[in-house]
Amino acid sequence: MTVLGSRSKKSSKLGKAMPAVTKYVVPPLVAIAVILVIWQLIFSGPDANLPGPITVLQETWDPLIIDPFFDYGGTNKGLGLQILASLGRVAIGFSLAAIVGIALGILVGISPFVYRALDPLFQVLRTVPPLAWLPLSLAALQQSDPSAIFVIFITAIWPIIINTTVGVQQIPQDYRNVAKVLRLSGPKFFWKILLPSAVPYIFTGLRIGIGLSWLAIVAAEMLTGGVGIGFFIWDAYNSSRLSEIILALVYVGIVGLILDRLVAFVASKVVPEEQKG
Amino acid sequence: MQTLNTTALKRPEVLNGDPFLVIDNVSKIYPTPTGPYTVLDGINLTVYEGEFICLIGHSGCGKSTLLDMVSGFRKPSEGEVRLQTKRITEPGPDRMVVFQNYSLLPWLSAFENVYLGIDSVYPNKPKAEKVAIANEHLAMVGLADAANKRPRELSGGMKQRVSIARALALRPKVLVLDEPFGALDPITREELQEELLKIWSDHQVTVLMITHDIDEALFLADRLVMMTNGPAANIGEIMNIPFPRPRNRARIMEDPEYYNLRNQALDFLYRRFAHADE
Ligand SMILES: Nc1ncnc2c1ncn2[C@@H]1O[C@H](COP(=O)(O)OP(=O)(O)OP(=O)(O)O)[C@@H](O)[C@H]1O
Ligand SMILES: [Mg+2]
Repeated sequence: MTVLGSRSKKSSKLGKAMPAVTKYVVPPLVAIAVILVIWQLIFSGPDANLPGPITVLQETWDPLIIDPFFDYGGTNKGLGLQILASLGRVAIGFSLAAIVGIALGILVGISPFVYRALDPLFQVLRTVPPLAWLPLSLAALQQSDPSAIFVIFITAIWPIIINTTVGVQQIPQDYRNVAKVLRLSGPKFFWKILLPSAVPYIFTGLRIGIGLSWLAIVAAEMLTGGVGIGFFIWDAYNSSRLSEIILALVYVGIVGLILDRLVAFVASKVVPEEQKG
Repeated sequence: MQTLNTTALKRPEVLNGDPFLVIDNVSKIYPTPTGPYTVLDGINLTVYEGEFICLIGHSGCGKSTLLDMVSGFRKPSEGEVRLQTKRITEPGPDRMVVFQNYSLLPWLSAFENVYLGIDSVYPNKPKAEKVAIANEHLAMVGLADAANKRPRELSGGMKQRVSIARALALRPKVLVLDEPFGALDPITREELQEELLKIWSDHQVTVLMITHDIDEALFLADRLVMMTNGPAANIGEIMNIPFPRPRNRARIMEDPEYYNLRNQALDFLYRRFAHADE
């Protein structure tokens, strides 16, 4: 660090003049403020199609913003409860996708034969848009909740499988040679070589998977109904409560970001230090 | 066996006993898009127990291919390699390999890297004994203090020491080294050569080592195997290196014989079998 010379000196000077808060928090705040102002200006007229930010705040303040957890029965619940319901589905679908996807990915990665057999299939299936699975799963499962969960599962599983497979296939030949000459047993090879070496790739898959899950659940819920942020948005549209839609979108975005960061955080704890790029 | 011309392969008088490792009329042919490519053609070599053999030859002549057939990573297209009369078919801990790029597992500490091999080869030994073996061999290469460091915290020389400790902890019959010191600076390289010699004489392990460095070979080896150029490379000449052991680098370099041998090897490599592009 000390030998980095002028560059590091410059950046540390900059760092002193401009603390991290100023550097990373102020610019997005400014951007948001500018967007809000423009938005307000565009949609402030009496015959605007969409509400401006001030209207959104006024219309959703009570009870949606101040009480995320109200429950008036049926689907009439606070946004916190709606999001939790959606997250519950994502949790089940994504966990199943992670378990099955990692296991399948390892199998496909280990065996060239299985790879040749299944990879073309995966490459085709992964391009099917999530919602295209919904009619099929509704027909097969008959109920809306399991169908939505299945859509999450089938959406998230492809990137998990494909990345896990790559992770296993890229295990350096050197390590495989070490395993051969030491005659490592299957479980030892798995724990000491395969997993540590593939885990960064697995997490790449999980991160893509969780993002897609969240995208898919909102869409799926619009069609399946019930409690959940997706149906909340659809319901609000049908009753012309546009302000509520906008508020829900903000929440959806924030939750999506948190999910992504959560997986990244777990990865930073689990991936061996030596494997971080 | 009948094709083995053992008379040509004079072995040093200090060694006695039966052939230990026999490379018997081994050829290696790779299939390539442009047709079969013969890398090695009818190699014969008999190695005796406890010998230190160095292998030299131009890049691409097939040295790694030959040693890979001893360690079992590759199979001869013709002929066979036998260790103590048993045909070699796959890699195993009786023929431990020290790779040029160390091949340590980066997520394991130096200790764990050594321990993994011991644990795998002697699953039934009590844990305390396995730990003791690992520590003993780390100490042997002077790394007792670095036992808990990860490979990225170790210098190249230290990594190669761990790799040697990992190999020797399994008491291999043969130690196979493919340019083990090629990536190290000259000082570290000399240090490691001396350590390797000491370990070799303490363990009485049989060593096969590829090198590009004639001085390294003259310092270490009992015999220097010089290979002709590929394709269809063969053993061109085997040079006996008669310096008494334990060897002292300064002393053997004062020996006029050293320069005779050195010139002979240089002559082989750069005149009789000069590389097309050198
Ligand atoms: N799997 C393979 N398929 C086809 N050709 C190969 C294969 N492996 C090695 N070769 C060829 O065999 C020849 C010998 O390779 P080898 O690695 O044994 O040489 P080497 O003497 O160890 O060279 P170096 O000193 O550069 O390590 C080379 O020409 C190489 O291109
Ligand atoms: Mg080589």
